Amino acid sequence: MIALLTLLLCGGILISGLLAVLLDNLVSAVISAGLASLFAAVVYVVLAAPDVAMTEASIGSGLSTMIFLYAIRKTRGKD
Amino acid sequence: MIKRIVILLVLLMLAFIFVNLAASYSEQTSLSALGHYYVEQGPSELGAANLVTAVVVTYRGLDTLGEVTVLFISAAGVGLLLRRTRRKDDHEDLEQGDRAEETAIARKPASEIVETATELLLPMVILFGIYVFLNGHLSPGGGFQGGAIIASGTMFLLLALPESHISRLMIAITESLSGFSYVVIGVLGVILAGGFLDNRIIGLGTYGHLFSAGAIPLIYVFVGLKVGFELSAVLDRFRKEDSGPL
Repeated sequence: MIALLTLLLCGGILISGLLAVLLDNLVSAVISAGLASLFAAVVYVVLAAPDVAMTEASIGSGLSTMIFLYAIRKTRGKD
Repeated sequence: MIKRIVILLVLLMLAFIFVNLAASYSEQTSLSALGHYYVEQGPSELGAANLVTAVVVTYRGLDTLGEVTVLFISAAGVGLLLRRTRRKDDHEDLEQGDRAEETAIARKPASEIVETATELLLPMVILFGIYVFLNGHLSPGGGFQGGAIIASGTMFLLLALPESHISRLMIAITESLSGFSYVVIGVLGVILAGGFLDNRIIGLGTYGHLFSAGAIPLIYVFVGLKVGFELSAVLDRFRKEDSGPL
């Protein structure tokens, strides 16, 4: 059961990672990258590493997504 | 053409390495000698109920100090780079209209849902961050995690109230004082106990209580404050167009 859940979540990481690379819209790509981090955080909880999961959830999917969005806003139109 | 061949070669080499790693993987059934020592001696030696914290803060304390330093350097780099961009833009009047439009977008108020949710959740998020780093030696979490959660609280604040002002001076003072205190505790470990960042400079207390595990809670309070304020400062610098020195 746990193995199946882990595999499903890892599939989620792969799909959102691919989307982050393939999507043309920068904002959508950043959101997908944050989604990959969120899936990874859940995988860490399932694999009994709550310390790492906390860092991943708050920094990986929260703060870094936010910083990327600010950076996109600052550089918009300059590519 | 040559570039493509090189890329293909690098990819093949990486694939070879990873296939080898995956093929030779076998699940360990027992701890390594060092891990065994940590599990056997850690609780009685350092008095921390959360063994991960005992390893991260004391046995591998120097690594944690290095991580804090890395974060400090990146925050300083962000500050330096973003200030430079601003100065360059000051001399370029070409993009003035574009810039004004951008500022207008930045100052658009958040929706009522976001504002209300922030008013409700912000105190809880900050309190949870403090809980996480105060209980780092008892439950999962610690200075880094607590600091990151506090910075998420700052993120909420900046999202809901884009006009809100964060005092750069307060951030700078808190950050420097906590970093300094962290190193002072480390040096006190050399003088009073077994070595740099040894947590036995004060009594270990009762195993499993809030005031236990020697200096670990103290160190985590300083690390949590430093990480939280540093990440908040990075967010604040990214948000602002006209960021002053302090």
